[in-house]
Amino acid sequence: MAIEVRIPTILRTYTGGEKAVTGEGASLSALIDDLEAKYTGIKDRLVEEKGGEIVLRRFVNVYVNDEDVRFLGSLEAPLSDGDAVVVLPAVAGGC
Amino acid sequence: MRGGALFAPTLAGVLTIDQATYDAIVAHAKRDHPDECCGIVAGPEGSDRPERHVEMVNAAGSPTFYEFDSTELLDLYKQMWANDEEPVVIYHSHTATEAYPSRTDIGLANEPGAHYVLVSTREHGNNEGPVDFRSYRIVDGEVTEEEVTVVAALPPA
Repeated sequence: MAIEVRIPTILRTYTGGEKAVTGEGASLSALIDDLEAKYTGIKDRLVEEKGGEIVLRRFVNVYVNDEDVRFLGSLEAPLSDGDAVVVLPAVAGGC
Repeated sequence: MRGGALFAPTLAGVLTIDQATYDAIVAHAKRDHPDECCGIVAGPEGSDRPERHVEMVNAAGSPTFYEFDSTELLDLYKQMWANDEEPVVIYHSHTATEAYPSRTDIGLANEPGAHYVLVSTREHGNNEGPVDFRSYRIVDGEVTEEEVTVVAALPPA
């Protein structure tokens, strides 16, 4: 099952400079584990532990077929073959 | 909030920006005051030319925080990818503090290739009057201020 994942500039150090990679998994969390197996360290940039639970980092946006995964079940968002996943860090800050 | 180290007398980098884009960013900051404004100036990948100004909505709608709306963020990046562009400038305003990246700004800076522009509207708010307009590189948590050169028009590519 191949899913295309668009990697933002800041995380391309993990993918050897690749802008897009392919992975597999029936859910976003499975996909992230698959990516971690190939690109060690990337998982920690996407998820964090909060209250004993693994959650998507607050300032990382992930989209499945252009939809923000926060509306699709977050890490439990289901994936299928041919889905397009985009990872984009939030553009945010504050004084 | 500036860090302890003194700046070198000559700043290492430079942001070259045209007057119309500079004015549009300042106008945006004044208009949105007392909330923080935010946006980008896109340019061809690798060119370091800020050519296409895009005002973004501050989804946080706050005087102390800014965040691009997640759907608009995706639309913006898809547009840039389609045009072979990248964010050359990422800007936002500080409305009660100086034009220097805050700890939050630094922690959330994820575009090592971009010029991070800070505009402070604390002196004149929505009114006419000069603003602080400063530019920085933020890489791995390290902030380097750079010169801002405003030109009538960018030199031909």
